[in-house]
Amino acid sequence: MHELSIANAILDAVRKERELLNGARVIKVGVRIGALAGVDPEALSFGFEVLVKDTDLDPLALEIESTLRRHECQHCKHVFTVVDYQVDCPACGSTETRCIGGDELELAYLEVEET
Amino acid sequence: MSRMPLEKKVLSENDRIAGRLRERFQERQVFCLNFISSPGAGKTSLLERTLESFSPSERVALLTGDIQTDNDARRLARFGFPVKQITTGGTCHLDARMIERALADWPLESLDTLLIENVGNLVCPSSYDLGEAAKVVVLSVAEGEDKPLKYPAIFFKSELMVLSKTDLLPYVSFDIGKAREYALQVHPGMEIVELSCKTGAGFDDWMKWLARRRESAKAEKVLASGQE
Repeated sequence: MHELSIANAILDAVRKERELLNGARVIKVGVRIGALAGVDPEALSFGFEVLVKDTDLDPLALEIESTLRRHECQHCKHVFTVVDYQVDCPACGSTETRCIGGDELELAYLEVEET
Repeated sequence: MSRMPLEKKVLSENDRIAGRLRERFQERQVFCLNFISSPGAGKTSLLERTLESFSPSERVALLTGDIQTDNDARRLARFGFPVKQITTGGTCHLDARMIERALADWPLESLDTLLIENVGNLVCPSSYDLGEAAKVVVLSVAEGEDKPLKYPAIFFKSELMVLSKTDLLPYVSFDIGKAREYALQVHPGMEIVELSCKTGAGFDDWMKWLARRRESAKAEKVLASGQE
């Protein structure tokens, strides 16, 4: 259960960005979480709600975008999402594929109120 | 209302400190490993036996993380190498700042190898880079062989899987072939070592991996400095 620490890191990052925006009101923060990130979106949402309440950032919404594991075929360069650990290339059948995404734990965007 | 793209890592602060640690390790030529497993998989036993088999002249030190107690540090200190306990007081993982703090009064120049035993937890430690050269995941045969599929993040991020407690295989229903297959599904090309700290079976394979990986880290460093 490290989602609380991660929620805290998101709030810190939002505060930092807000300073750069001269204190603009941030309404929503978008976070991207990959299937390989080891972070549970539900636990993160819950931790985030608890932590943001009654702070300077309240009300601040969290939107989570979940991403799947993605592989690139070493032979035909086909890029595909991996479901149920099927890592062989669906286009040419090659077993030599390389993971190119799916472990994201990123701040994707902020939604800010117009002044 | 306007939307601004950010594209930053959530744990950028941890990553920044981990990057600083990694630079220090590389400069001083310290080979650092981060050991992760669920509680009770045998990380401490593996490290005990590893320290025991090192010659006293080996320049190795150990950091061990737990939520409470310094039991592990006391177990590991018996071998005469420097050991420091990091007690997290509730936090379920080690982070880069804890490592930096623990190393503040340690002369890294006097070390070749730093072994970090993370808090027993198969989930949270996977998100926190500690500046290590590689992560090692330990899975004991007393657990389920499908753990790689259930906790893919850590098996994906670890270079080596140690299948521990193999002396128990006759008494448990653990399917070691399946465990290997699942780990390789999550992490194609992952290296795997089977061992028992109790009987010593397979232990040489682990020590060989350690020596080989340490050499390749050194070679990478030489290569990197050659390119500068």
